[in-house]
Amino acid sequence: MIASNQHGRVLIRGLTKSFGETPVLKGIDLDIAPGEFITVLGPSGCGKTTLMRIVAGLERQDAGSVEIDGRQVDSLRPDERNIAMVFQSYALYPHLSAADNLALPLRMRRLHWRQRLPGARLFSGRVREIELEIAARVREVAALLQIEPLLGRKPGQLSGGQKQRVAVGRAMVREPRVFLMDEPLSNLDAELRVHMRAEIAQLHRRLGVTFIYVTHDQAEALTMSDRVVVMMQGRTLQFSPPGRIYSDPADLQVARFVGSPRINTVPGKATGRGSVEISGFEVALDTGMAAGTALTLALRPSETRVNLRAAQAAGPGFEARIVHRENLGSDLFLHCHVEGIEGPLIAREDPARVDDFPIGAAVRMQFPPGQLLVFDADGQRVRTTSGQRVGAAA
Amino acid sequence: MIGRQLGPIAGALRHIALMTGAIVILSPFVWMVLTSFKPQSEIMAADLRLLPERWAIIQNYTEVWTRVPMARFLLNGLIVTCAIFALQVLVNLPCAYALAKLRFRGRNALFLVVLLGLLIPLHATAIPIYILFHYLGILNTYAALIFPFMISVFGIFMLRQFFMTVPDDLIDAARMDGVSEIGIVWRIMLPTAIPAVTAFGIFSVVAHWNDYFWPLIAVGTKDLYTPPLGIAFFRLNDGGTDYGVLMAAATIVILPLVVAFLMAQRRFIEGVTFTGLKG
Amino acid sequence: MSASAAPAPAVVAAHQRRDRREVLAAMALAGPAGALILLFLIGPLICIALLSLTDYQLGAKTMRLVGLTNYVEMFGDRVFRRSLENTLIYVAVVVPLSVGLGLAAALLIEAGTSLRAFYRTVYFLPVMATLIAMAIVWEFALHPTLGPVNVMLQAIGFSRVDWLQDRNVVLYTLAGIGIWQSVGFNMVLFMAGLQSIPKDLYEAASVDGVSNGWDRFRTVTWPMLGPVSLFVIVITAIRSFQVFDTVQVMTKGGPNRASEVLLYTMYSEGFEFFRTGYAAAVTMVFLAFVLTIAVLKTWLLDRRVHYA
Repeated sequence: MIASNQHGRVLIRGLTKSFGETPVLKGIDLDIAPGEFITVLGPSGCGKTTLMRIVAGLERQDAGSVEIDGRQVDSLRPDERNIAMVFQSYALYPHLSAADNLALPLRMRRLHWRQRLPGARLFSGRVREIELEIAARVREVAALLQIEPLLGRKPGQLSGGQKQRVAVGRAMVREPRVFLMDEPLSNLDAELRVHMRAEIAQLHRRLGVTFIYVTHDQAEALTMSDRVVVMMQGRTLQFSPPGRIYSDPADLQVARFVGSPRINTVPGKATGRGSVEISGFEVALDTGMAAGTALTLALRPSETRVNLRAAQAAGPGFEARIVHRENLGSDLFLHCHVEGIEGPLIAREDPARVDDFPIGAAVRMQFPPGQLLVFDADGQRVRTTSGQRVGAAA
Repeated sequence: MIGRQLGPIAGALRHIALMTGAIVILSPFVWMVLTSFKPQSEIMAADLRLLPERWAIIQNYTEVWTRVPMARFLLNGLIVTCAIFALQVLVNLPCAYALAKLRFRGRNALFLVVLLGLLIPLHATAIPIYILFHYLGILNTYAALIFPFMISVFGIFMLRQFFMTVPDDLIDAARMDGVSEIGIVWRIMLPTAIPAVTAFGIFSVVAHWNDYFWPLIAVGTKDLYTPPLGIAFFRLNDGGTDYGVLMAAATIVILPLVVAFLMAQRRFIEGVTFTGLKG
Repeated sequence: MSASAAPAPAVVAAHQRRDRREVLAAMALAGPAGALILLFLIGPLICIALLSLTDYQLGAKTMRLVGLTNYVEMFGDRVFRRSLENTLIYVAVVVPLSVGLGLAAALLIEAGTSLRAFYRTVYFLPVMATLIAMAIVWEFALHPTLGPVNVMLQAIGFSRVDWLQDRNVVLYTLAGIGIWQSVGFNMVLFMAGLQSIPKDLYEAASVDGVSNGWDRFRTVTWPMLGPVSLFVIVITAIRSFQVFDTVQVMTKGGPNRASEVLLYTMYSEGFEFFRTGYAAAVTMVFLAFVLTIAVLKTWLLDRRVHYA
């Protein structure tokens, strides 16, 4: 049942789509390797579902093409593309048992309409043969997903998690080359979601088939994927492995979208002498940009240290006041207000170290210069080389 | 199947099929109106000409009002339907509220009776009610036309289903503010139920404007005829062969409802078909 | 609220007062309706059953209980048997055609996007228009010599048909008018049913290989329309049993009882001949049919419907 790793290569070129006057996809290019688990991540309305529906064949694109395993599929119906899809609402046939739900794609594919008439199996030995094969395959898939005891029930009698497995089973039954999943976990409660994440990842490993998974939940994206596509407003911003999405974002929007709590952003400028100036001090980062260029600098809360201003002698950083604390037990988030910067900067700290810092305390927020992410006025990432910290601005 | 883009051939076939049906459906209406424009001579000629040569609208339509008391018939229709609806709201809305929101012994029994009552067609109860009215001496009065319909189990059912969806908090808040139960019914429940009451109203007005069976047996004097009785009377007694005038009368009788329908189609369709698809 | 300590007597009294208040309010609010239900629904129902066992004639001073005499007479009466037969034929013709055409119209309208409101309005019009008035229009339209239907037939070369005068045709003519009047109603119900089918079910089917219209209908549309279809069939059947207006104004049951129907028999026996007891027995038969259909619907719906 493990598909060869040569299958399931998906090439998307220049896909555009508008609904009426509204452009939804503005030119998407993606190269997905066979057997990869790709997540398309983005906020609602970014076009990710439309992209998936075009790949499935449920929507026609305005321009561009989709290729699966070297074959252009744009003019093919969904069932001719060798794909399968798990819908957000599961879309199980309510009047059919779980077993019949699983069997339907196979019956559609293998039986002619005359063979599907009720009672056909009474008359034709061939039909009976095929039905037996189909039933065997259904049992196989059901065993894999551990839903065998549920086969006789109708969807109305199943719980959310069970329905989801039946939906996955219905997709698996045809041995597709590409598995599409549209926010399949969003209707489940939090605990079940965590559990199902692991199950889906295991399923992918076992099947070895290309998975294209659409979600707005970054935790799902980061934990399950080989690579993540971050989409916003109809464009792909970055296509990299999850670790790189987090630590090496290509766009300010990506940096902001991924990571919890949200990344800290402050305005700054290039000084023209190999450093950037923020909030009254300089950091040695060579951006290669002209003096005075406006920049946005971003810093992960996890890289931010908070020290009482009175206690710390050396080193510049943000002069701030603590305005809010959130103690989660394993981490303590300190929200600090910096003069001239809108919104608090957040630091993720070790509770043991900062537990007695009171609200209102004057502190300094410090960080390793190399961890500062620099973005230009358009939100594009600027690569930097870091040097020594320079010192307070002149 | 819904709203998919149809190819041009499929789209054309769809229109051909639906248009053919539409023509069949509309033809009696068209014929009715056109005939009402024609003078008797042209009607008797029995040709298929659509438009009259000599227009007789004025004669035909004015004759309707003079030959039979059509104005009276229409007025009766108005009086009866409005009275029925008003009384229905008065009687059935509080009961629906009680069934939905109050706890009392016999609540389930009452609701069961309501459900069973939905199964009983009104024709079945006509004879005993007629006898009762006969002995009460109220046959051949407006009361006879109105009273039997004051109770509407359908209305109770529909409004009760609606009230079940109103959050209890609203009522508790009103109680805390000191509003009496009666006050709750009329000051709070009625305003929130306007959509359901409107739908029910439309259903009720249409059903009772068009009702023929009960008025036929309950009422005997021309003065009390409702529009269906009026036009039947005209046809059977006076205008049997004056087709132009007869068609004009028919047009006038159906006009009020049809105009109202055309102006508020969605409401009408909702009202007439809101028959508990869920229940 | 702790469950261990019993509430204080004052609290209990207050609760009792509140409960009594609720009961009193309920009586005031539901009382009138309850009384009217007794007076106009339950009372008459019992009355009709009892009356059917008497020989009561309206206005008579006395009446006797005669047991099942009325029923025996009924089933031995050629007129009644004809009436019952006609009614059943009428229902058997109207129900499938009215439901089928209504479904077809709904499917066609929902299949495309243009002119939906127009078609819906047109098809629904006969449902709204006063049936008596339209019956009179139909009577004229079907007139043997003056009516456009016959004129057109003869123009094309067919001979004219005596739609309402020919014994063999009249019942079907009335059935046709019944279908004309109810197609729109069924269509609208089906349209509501079609619109409530979740779209992603069609999409899942599309991914599963359900590609042509017929397969889509069989796999998704028809199963999902199950409850609605049952409902429509039952409603149409019950309404068909209640056919009266067209008969009373167009044919009076004629010619020669060819279009006599149950309710018309009930009407003429009860209100033209004032044989009330007999008419009550006819009503009971009518009631039996209607109630059977209605009960069948509830029972079937509870068993067969599948919840999404």
